[in-house]
Amino acid sequence: MIHARGLSRTFTTKTGPVEAVRRLDIDVAAGEIVGFLGPNGAGKTTTLRMLTTLLRPTGGTATVAGHDLTAEPAKVRRRIGYVPQGGTMGPGALLGEELELQARLYGMGATAARDRVAEVLESLDLADLAARPAASLSGGQRRRADIAMGLLHAPALLFLDEPTTGLDPRARAALWDDVRRLRAERGLTVFLSTHYLDEADALCDRLLIVDGGRVAGAGTPAALKAEIGPAATLDDVFLSLTGRPLRAEAAA
Amino acid sequence: MTTLVLARHYVRQTFRVKAALVFGALQPVLFLVLFGPLFARSGVGSWEVLVPGLLVQLGLLSAGMSGFGIVFDQKFGVLERLRVTPASRMSLLLGRVAKDVLVLLVQAVALVGLGYAFGLRAPLPGVLLGLALLLLLAAALAALSYAVALSLNQEMFAPLMSTVLVPLILLSGALLPMSLAPGWLDVLSRLTPFRYVVDGLRALFAGHYTAPDALLGAGVAALFAVAGIAAATRRFHHENA
Repeated sequence: MIHARGLSRTFTTKTGPVEAVRRLDIDVAAGEIVGFLGPNGAGKTTTLRMLTTLLRPTGGTATVAGHDLTAEPAKVRRRIGYVPQGGTMGPGALLGEELELQARLYGMGATAARDRVAEVLESLDLADLAARPAASLSGGQRRRADIAMGLLHAPALLFLDEPTTGLDPRARAALWDDVRRLRAERGLTVFLSTHYLDEADALCDRLLIVDGGRVAGAGTPAALKAEIGPAATLDDVFLSLTGRPLRAEAAA
Repeated sequence: MTTLVLARHYVRQTFRVKAALVFGALQPVLFLVLFGPLFARSGVGSWEVLVPGLLVQLGLLSAGMSGFGIVFDQKFGVLERLRVTPASRMSLLLGRVAKDVLVLLVQAVALVGLGYAFGLRAPLPGVLLGLALLLLLAAALAALSYAVALSLNQEMFAPLMSTVLVPLILLSGALLPMSLAPGWLDVLSRLTPFRYVVDGLRALFAGHYTAPDALLGAGVAALFAVAGIAAATRRFHHENA
């Protein structure tokens, strides 16, 4: 579903070039949930923005959802959903209206869009909230609404940028359940960045740990822990690979 | 089609907050009510001179500040969400611009109506042609406003635009005809497109449809619209994969 080779992004700044992402290789198979972890400034969001066509890579090649990232960005966009870290709606926007607009932008007619919105709202337990402005939704409801936005066109691949940041433990667990159910029901592939190691451990089939724009480690949570020692936790893995505990990063 | 879908969505959003529409047009309306009678009695010009100027002032203040909306959309992730859909960058821009043009049309019609109540006696064809010219100007201004908003630090947009727009209004001759200006100010005024649009509107409101000022104003407004939309589309495309 994602095949990237040598994916790089260098930003030009006043103080000279900054390599945010350095020759990253990424492979994600259909139906996988892959966690993308790294300290602040590791290049996670830059990588996600490149893979979702928002930022042009300065090096390397990538195929996303069966299409070349730089040669066919419009085709990539049709097959992916993206839930950015900062949300998807302004505070005064009405949930149902925003979702209908989103569906129309994927080419659905007015009736089809309304039906699809109702279906997605129902599946994410948001059916009663269509007429509500985003500002009146709880953090968990708003995040589920963001995910609804990314799922309207039934994408093959969903990118989630720190989907549970700021949510209480109950809302986080509910969101994990939604992601697992979507994978089980629709075979959805999920590529998510997270600051939470418990989330990565509970939700992800495989992890990709980046540091300084490079891959520092990759594998299943169990395999990564086994490499460190029999009683190792993902905290230990992260510390060993990056030299820093992720908890400190998450708190920063 | 996508442009229409977006425009309808933005129009629905905008007209939901009717107070914003009123406040957007408040400054030119206040000029009409509180400055217009003085202007008309002073011998400097008539209502047919003032109202076209106030329409351009309205265009600069209303469409010129349109970019403020996209600052919020950037902040709340709306723009990012829309940019990952298959909608073309041009339609993402034009949907917004179409909304801004419609909003300005509603405000401009209200301003002209109020002008008639105070003593404006412009011929209807002239008013309609003048509004068409104003809408071209609004399209250019709104597009450029979005381009500026996307190019700047979010906090910079409002102070920068409000600082830039006031001298542009004064230089356009919207409030007082530039024929009264000293030579250097007249030259400076001719370096902005707004001067030609104000003169064009005044010619049209006077019923001089084929006067050089009317034709030049129409030409400048059309060129400005094409250039503004082209520049803004380029900005919307910037950084895409």
